[in-house]
Amino acid sequence: MRSAHLSVVSSQAREAANVPAVELSSVSKTFASRNGPVEVLNGLSFSLANGEFLAIVGPSGSGKSTVLNLLAGLDHPSAGEVRCQGRRIDVVNTEIGYLTQHDSLLPWRTMEENIAVPLEIRGIPRTERAERTREMIAQVGLEGFEQHYPVQLSGGMRKRAMLARTLSYDPPILLMDEPFGPLDAQLKLALQADLLKLWSARRKTVVFVTHDMVEAITLADRVLVFSARPCRIKLDEQIAIPRPRDVHEARFHPAFEEHYRRLWAALDLTSRRPT
Amino acid sequence: MTTDALSEPRNVPVFGPSNRVWLYRVLLVAASLTAWQLASGSLLDPFWVSSPTSVFSTLLTWTANGQLEYHLFVTFKETFAGFLMGAAAGVLFALLVGTSDTVHRTVDPFVTAIYGVPKVALAPLFIMWFGIGLAPKIVLAAISVFFLVFFSTLRGVREVDAKMVDALRTMGASKLAIQRIVIFPSALPWLFTGLKLGLPYGFVGAVAAEMMASNAGIGYLTQNSAGQLDTAGVFAALFALMLVTTLLNGALGRLETFIFRWR
Repeated sequence: MRSAHLSVVSSQAREAANVPAVELSSVSKTFASRNGPVEVLNGLSFSLANGEFLAIVGPSGSGKSTVLNLLAGLDHPSAGEVRCQGRRIDVVNTEIGYLTQHDSLLPWRTMEENIAVPLEIRGIPRTERAERTREMIAQVGLEGFEQHYPVQLSGGMRKRAMLARTLSYDPPILLMDEPFGPLDAQLKLALQADLLKLWSARRKTVVFVTHDMVEAITLADRVLVFSARPCRIKLDEQIAIPRPRDVHEARFHPAFEEHYRRLWAALDLTSRRPT
Repeated sequence: MTTDALSEPRNVPVFGPSNRVWLYRVLLVAASLTAWQLASGSLLDPFWVSSPTSVFSTLLTWTANGQLEYHLFVTFKETFAGFLMGAAAGVLFALLVGTSDTVHRTVDPFVTAIYGVPKVALAPLFIMWFGIGLAPKIVLAAISVFFLVFFSTLRGVREVDAKMVDALRTMGASKLAIQRIVIFPSALPWLFTGLKLGLPYGFVGAVAAEMMASNAGIGYLTQNSAGQLDTAGVFAALFALMLVTTLLNGALGRLETFIFRWR
């Protein structure tokens, strides 16, 4: 597709297909808190192939978001090593797109101007910027709202705009931290469908943190279940539902129930049972 | 997808308060002026308090002979130049100090200490340094504006949403780009608060310096009138200044509404 000319990564890094897209080796992370040090990660290791869609589930505070922050280079491991496409992450990683639950659209810019921000940062000329922004807006179905400010958009539209902004500069790796968390069930499905559609067109490597087990199984190739902190991987489950998937249908696939049962058993929340 | 949250026009009072409030304001002014007029000559000696009619006639005379326009313009020029310099320096310094926690904590006590010095007390020093022309007035106005704009903008810079900054960093933004794209626009409402607070203080600085040494400006006019025991003249000069400050503040308010139309 268009990804070739949009790429911001050297082709050399991309062609090294046998280098994992993401690799954590014996990563530990300890935060200082008022009640002494808190060990969030202790010797965590996993790796991810190019184009793989990974979901991470786990109890609150189990270090899921910490893993994303380490991959983004916004935080640094206390021990161990984090690599993206073979490169060690020790400054902010600009080859990722990071979509959080937090609404980070700039309220003083119109939707269109917001989506153009990463292109503006990369110094792409105005006319090309406008064209690419227009394409992204069309792909997330926000045509007609270009001149709206974020306060004038609904929650779902703001999410779509953030997704468009993240994809506009074509980062090879997407980090998503409960991106659809606070949305209602219907909207969530619509956005999951959009995400799958955009993902299958571009085949980016995705690390998707969620609380929603159904969401994890529906979207991912592989699901990691984290334990409470310090985090261990309790289960590394390959999802056997074939692609292309339909977000409405995936949960009725015969394999779904088995995955669901195994993942919940691994999660083993004694205080919080599935409903 | 729901579309009902879209572009619903919100009731922002762009044209100021309602007509009824305006009526009350006019009544308040009329009542005060009437009370002043009646008290002057019956309860109080007009030599000390003058009266609205004599203040008004002084204003008319000054307007007719061009004095008012001349002096107002001098003060306006000094304040305007000082305001621009002070505000620009305040914003730049706040952006610089606000970026680093260490720098902020290092300079904070000193800036606060200097802020505590009455700026008017510096006027004699500036007159010694810069003479009796426009310069000392501009400098005093600039210093008065500087601190208000600095503290206000700094507050805005410190309150920038860290997650927005992180989002921009992962998109590959340089420090300068983050300043331009997130920090400055996000601090802009606070900056405006500083400008609105600073404007009257700019006039105070300019007028105070004029009162000490000058031959033009509203400060000179009040000082000169007082020297001739002309209370009406003092009131007239101050009234003219008050009118100008209020109008300029109104203009700043309009500009603010325009710039923050995204809210």
